[in-house]
Amino acid sequence: MVAKRIIPCLDVNEGRTVKGINFVSLRDVGDPVELGAHYAREGADELVYLDISATHEGRHTFTKLVERIASHINIPFTVGGGISTMEDAERLLDAGADKISVNSAAIANPAIIDQLASRYGCQFVVSAIDAKLTEGGRWLATTHGGRRLTDKELFAWAHEVQERGAGEILLTSMEHDGVRQGYPCDLYADLCSQLSIPVIASGGAGSIQDIADVLTKGKADAALAASIFHYGTYKISEVKKALAEQGINVRI
Amino acid sequence: MIAIIDYKMGNLRSVKNALSKLGAEYTVTDDPAAIIAADKVLLPGVGYAAQAMANLRERGLVEVIRGLRQPVLGICIGMQVLCRYSEEGDTPCLDVFDTDVRLFKAQEGLKVPHMGWNSISNLDSKLFKGVDEGSYVYFVHSYRPGLCQDTIATSNHGGLFSAALKYENFYGTQFHPEKSGDVGERILSNFLAL
Repeated sequence: MVAKRIIPCLDVNEGRTVKGINFVSLRDVGDPVELGAHYAREGADELVYLDISATHEGRHTFTKLVERIASHINIPFTVGGGISTMEDAERLLDAGADKISVNSAAIANPAIIDQLASRYGCQFVVSAIDAKLTEGGRWLATTHGGRRLTDKELFAWAHEVQERGAGEILLTSMEHDGVRQGYPCDLYADLCSQLSIPVIASGGAGSIQDIADVLTKGKADAALAASIFHYGTYKISEVKKALAEQGINVRI
Repeated sequence: MIAIIDYKMGNLRSVKNALSKLGAEYTVTDDPAAIIAADKVLLPGVGYAAQAMANLRERGLVEVIRGLRQPVLGICIGMQVLCRYSEEGDTPCLDVFDTDVRLFKAQEGLKVPHMGWNSISNLDSKLFKGVDEGSYVYFVHSYRPGLCQDTIATSNHGGLFSAALKYENFYGTQFHPEKSGDVGERILSNFLAL
């Protein structure tokens, strides 16, 4: 059986990790390579690096950083943030990224998913969806960190990206993200039972039980979290041990 | 010197990085003479099996690879083309390992591609020296080699399949040792020590 994955997400601004405290064992928690290696040693199954740089220099630095990550980290990693063209994707793949995540670019131009999948294989393409519950109970995909609603209904859009060749879906509920009150398990369970590709649950973890719930009741294939790891609330090894004790198949 | 065969099947960076980390010297080549002269040969790759075979034929490497006498390690698609046949593009392969490669059969709840960390069992080779039964390694694939007398490790995704194969000096892993953390590093270093 494939193990459920635990994936820490690192935000990178101008080449530096933005969050991350309480790691006395690290010389420099601001160094994305060092922090990623730390998580890998603790048992992270994959890493996600999200470039939040607003400047051209920042994006250039990020590419250089991806090369360093690739040569120091021996588990798969995904990069995302600001990928809008095939050239962006190619540059990051050449630098050594295993997967790239696309969000707004795919909403604006869904065919980019087909192009990426046919050129590099579906395993390279993670479709990130930021969904928001609207009046009338419909979940819609959003862009710009949830500030802009699109006309894409979540389930229809998820099916579409799967058909177009996305290898995985990274779904964040904007209602739950950052609130640390748990993931919307019913939503994940609905989506996971409809799709044949893996779904990564993102945003909302406040406790180990939240993660356990989304992997069991929510049927998610993986859980991505940022704050609870960066602020040292829980160690990854601790989370995985607790999940294993509940009978969840994780790599230990 | 390790020869990494470059036949235009995906990015070789992670394999190169993994060898560098282990301090191994390598050359990336599709030159038959360089491949034959190498101490060890790596055949990596991701992609479509029929394309992989076409690329090997185009470079005149089919008989070269079959005739190698030094340790050879095929990874992912590189392992699949060492089998008899692949359903992916309905292609005959190099016929080193005594099994065929077939698509995972669709069944309730089975996700394809098989992507992520899965455990390997029935470990039976020097390749797995120091690797515990049930260790987790990283897989990404939609087609899988069946069980056969050359199987040296199994994994389970809707049924058992060969996670690794060996015939004489030829080895193959369906998983990616170069992405499988410390366990993967151990397997690669075992290969380098053969």
